[in-house]
Amino acid sequence: MNLSHEWLKAFVPHTLAAEQVRDLLTAHVATVESFERLRADLAPFVVARVVESQKVPDTKLSFNKVDDGSGELLDVVCGAPVVNVGSVYPFARTGTPMPAGFTIEKKKIRGFTSNGMLCSARELGLGEDHEGILELTTDAAPGTPLLDVLPLGDVRLVLDVLPNRPDLLSHAGVARELSVLTGVAPRGLYDAMLPPEAGSDARGAPSGGVPRDPRETSSGGAIVRLEDPEGCPQYLGAVIRGITVAPSPAWLRERVEAAGVRSINNVVDVTNAILHGLGQPMHAFDLDRLAEQTIVIRRARAGEKMRTLDGVERALTPEMTMIADARQSIAVAGVMGGEDSEVTDTTTNLLLEVAYFDPRRTRQTRRALGLSTDASYRFERGIDPAGLADAMRVAVAMITAVAGGRQGGGIMGVGFEPMPRQAVALRPWRVTAVLGAEVSRADIARYLRGVGFALADGADGALSVTPPSWRHDVTREVDLIEEVARLHGYDKLPDTIHAYRPTTVPDHPLFVASRRVRDVLVAAGLAEVRPMPFVKGDDASHWRVTNPLAEDEPHLRVSVLESLARRAEYNLSRMHGDIRLFEVGSVFLGKGHGHGVVRGAGELAEEVRVGVVIMGARYPRHFADGAQPAMDAWDAKGLAERTARAAFPGAAIGIEPADESALWSITANGRAVGTVSRVTLDAPVWASPAFGMEITLGAMPVAYVAKPGESTHAGVGPAVAPPAPAVRYVPLPTTPAAVFDLALLVRDDLSAAEVERVLRTSGGDTLESLVLFDEFRGAGVPDGMRSLAWRLTFRHPERTLRDKEIDGRRSQLLKSLENQLGVKPRTA
Amino acid sequence: MTLDEFKSAADALRSDGPAQVAAAATLDAWTEVRNHLVGRTSGRLSELMTALGTLPKEDRREAGQQANAVKQELEALLDARHAELARAQQQGPAIDRTMPGRASWQGTVHPVSLVIDEVVEIFRELGFTIALGPEAEHAWYNFGALNFPADHPAMDLHDTLYLDELVLRTHTSPVQVRTLQQYPPPIRILAPGNVYRADPFDASHAPMFAQVEGLVVDEGITFADLKATLTRFANLFFGETKTRFRPSYFPFTEPSAEMDVLCGVCRGGGCPVCKQSGWVEILGSGMVHPAVLENAGLDSERYTGWAFGMGPARTAMARHGIPDIRILYDSDVRFLEQFAR
Repeated sequence: MNLSHEWLKAFVPHTLAAEQVRDLLTAHVATVESFERLRADLAPFVVARVVESQKVPDTKLSFNKVDDGSGELLDVVCGAPVVNVGSVYPFARTGTPMPAGFTIEKKKIRGFTSNGMLCSARELGLGEDHEGILELTTDAAPGTPLLDVLPLGDVRLVLDVLPNRPDLLSHAGVARELSVLTGVAPRGLYDAMLPPEAGSDARGAPSGGVPRDPRETSSGGAIVRLEDPEGCPQYLGAVIRGITVAPSPAWLRERVEAAGVRSINNVVDVTNAILHGLGQPMHAFDLDRLAEQTIVIRRARAGEKMRTLDGVERALTPEMTMIADARQSIAVAGVMGGEDSEVTDTTTNLLLEVAYFDPRRTRQTRRALGLSTDASYRFERGIDPAGLADAMRVAVAMITAVAGGRQGGGIMGVGFEPMPRQAVALRPWRVTAVLGAEVSRADIARYLRGVGFALADGADGALSVTPPSWRHDVTREVDLIEEVARLHGYDKLPDTIHAYRPTTVPDHPLFVASRRVRDVLVAAGLAEVRPMPFVKGDDASHWRVTNPLAEDEPHLRVSVLESLARRAEYNLSRMHGDIRLFEVGSVFLGKGHGHGVVRGAGELAEEVRVGVVIMGARYPRHFADGAQPAMDAWDAKGLAERTARAAFPGAAIGIEPADESALWSITANGRAVGTVSRVTLDAPVWASPAFGMEITLGAMPVAYVAKPGESTHAGVGPAVAPPAPAVRYVPLPTTPAAVFDLALLVRDDLSAAEVERVLRTSGGDTLESLVLFDEFRGAGVPDGMRSLAWRLTFRHPERTLRDKEIDGRRSQLLKSLENQLGVKPRTA
Repeated sequence: MTLDEFKSAADALRSDGPAQVAAAATLDAWTEVRNHLVGRTSGRLSELMTALGTLPKEDRREAGQQANAVKQELEALLDARHAELARAQQQGPAIDRTMPGRASWQGTVHPVSLVIDEVVEIFRELGFTIALGPEAEHAWYNFGALNFPADHPAMDLHDTLYLDELVLRTHTSPVQVRTLQQYPPPIRILAPGNVYRADPFDASHAPMFAQVEGLVVDEGITFADLKATLTRFANLFFGETKTRFRPSYFPFTEPSAEMDVLCGVCRGGGCPVCKQSGWVEILGSGMVHPAVLENAGLDSERYTGWAFGMGPARTAMARHGIPDIRILYDSDVRFLEQFAR
């Protein structure tokens, strides 16, 4: 909402500076988003006195000596017919940018040097039809800034009006707030809307209602018929005859322009002044272009079309409320007028419309038409249903003041007066309970009355408060408490820290798990990413966003790796191939498969997962080490193991060879929780292979916690999660270990895990550890076999193992391997 | 020995001693040189000292002074050389010490997560725990339970992405209702998470972004608690600052307030960063609307509460000088590596 500081002062004649108004509104009403001096472009202009002037022969030019306060008289050539010696004029020194876009430069004209320009009103953008330079009536010394002399300093305040406060979408509404904040009484609407220079007889405040006929009325030679009272509960019409459409007078033009609206002509400008001044959108029809001088408020007919003021042909539907004449639709109610009934330069008779259109209907219509206007914006938020008659009276007074003519007949009204508002009880002690500070009953009353609420004593010491017709947002006690709080001032309320009771809510286990895995992965040198979960996907396996933002990524991912793969490709496309990314984020399952688990069809299931993609050098390159090997599947497997341990502390983690597409499946206490896999990328030839890992940390149920309006607790305390299992200390050995290596020839179809199993079972109680340290194929190893080497460490808890025992154990192990698996040691 | 002989022996020691010290290339050689020159038993200096006793009494003073001067000179040279050799031994064989050290990959936390972490840490100090909720959400939790009027312009502020019957939550506030339904007061929770809006992806908007929600519900909770706690947070997060509360509107809080802090650039004086206001908007807040408590099955006369929500991405961008929000999603390794700690 664009507010003119000067216009606000016409409503409430306060003496505050615009900055003070900005701060007051921001602190108590709504935020002033921007603050703009409308004629800041005139800041470089100064007042200058003409000291000498002589005509340049055979031209309209004059050659002048000008005092601009600089202490030196300047030579200035002027093209104006009259230059009065001794008079003061607006002056642009050389280098001054002009409103028209050029900059004043020193130049030679007819042999005379000119150091600046004496300006006309038009050159300053202050008027259209002034021929001569603008003589100023001021005592100000030459050199005084022009803005200090001329009352051109209007300031535009842009107010961020939120959807609950449509009453602030007008100067009158904001002025009401300023009135209570400054203690300055507001002026009558006629006085506020018609400045003395308008020359109107209408002074003070308009008064009196307009009688309503439920269906049809006529006056001044026009008829108004209401056929859709649901879409239009109230409609007022008035006829004005004998007007002259012309450019607006300066005061009106300045007001609508300060509100950010282009000045069109005196009639349209008045309708815009009523909208921005009073918050009542209105429309002026050319009465002579209405078939049978009749207005019908009705639904659009099926297949009906209409050309709106913006020149677009609109297809209408019966859900839309229209303003029609006896033949056809002439305006989309509450949204936009039509070309056929538009006021033109030749219009002499008007029919003015002031109406209340249903907010929901207006909203649906403007959405269907994709057409939002200042009018629809206000109707869909709700205008003051009791303000129509005043707005019409002010509009009639303004139009007759600026365009002449006379009202034909009285104001016509159809529909119904709004229902009176219900009173709301306000308990002063509840104000204290919510705000943490007592606001006196007298202050409460002052604040609420000041912005239009009616107060009476209610039951049990409460106040009975009736909201004004324009405050649709106030329906319960807490709404009144907010009124009191903001008008009192949030900054006046206390901010002392109080003791608090501890929360009953435990940390969410998925938050705890995600922090643990994040710590592990960051320590492992991976970078966290937070990409969006939108993917290309397909309808069979992915949930589709009904209204996706990008048609090429309309689905929600079923795997974090889907996003990570795209992010890896992004880096590859920027020639960066050392990639280690991870993300903890949601996936959206239930369409088709999760990772191997078929879920109930049609039910969306959200899971929180950690995903990793790695590729490229294992370590940053160092000159002493030569080329670093690229990361391989073993890096991914190791990372998976560490991550799984962090995600499921205390659980037995298994990383088992997987069938299908994955390399390994990850289990926690036997339950499948994730996979390690190769990642297929759209990658350049120089890229290393990519590997991925994804682990489900847990489900994030979408189901209702309880029915609306109910809870699951009913006074019962929360369940307490068991603490994470603690690490048990293992006593450190006090005896020496015996170590030997076994290099074995293992058939390709036999897994290392099988060999390890036999080594463990035959290793006896003293086998402390078993480490696979080599795999070799090649010279000395037969085809179809590989050499695997383990280092075995034995230790007795109480004594040193004897050489004989160790030798015996070695022979026993070799025998078991041969007997059970046919595995022999590798010799030489 | 005569005084002249003594003097020439001392001069000889003084003239060839320094070259011998300088020639000691190792600590062992140094020890040898030291013993040879100033060793207690067999060094050349101790020989001189012994000879000193053989000089006539009247010459001893002069000769003694000269011998002492030679001794001090040699010992200083020896100490300096020892320090040099010890340093060389410490540094090992000659290497080009301008060459780089061996690095390992540095893991990084996303800048938005860094902000969330800090917020979480501060609110933990103030007694909050962490609650989470689903991103695919029922419209009731996202709107109805939070007192959004149906088909109202308030909904225009939440351009929603739909999923059949569900929505992608437009804010983290649904976690308020889920938590209130699940746990009885006292409630003090923080709910970080991703939220979605049908906003086109441009330099300052993203269709998905992070939010952090906070909720306090108990008996006797007031607007003063809201102001106090959030002001405390602001001072812990931004360093000493001032807060300002402005009227605002959220359907699920009343009274509603935006909290500003002093602009970090101009400290309140007004500058282009804060659009000359001196303040920067940090979060939205308000007293929990009684309708929200009722929708979660709580007695709104007995309990009151306050809530807030903030966007950590905006804070991260301001803090790190990131000009375009899309950089946060691109996941360029060269960007992420800048946040290594």
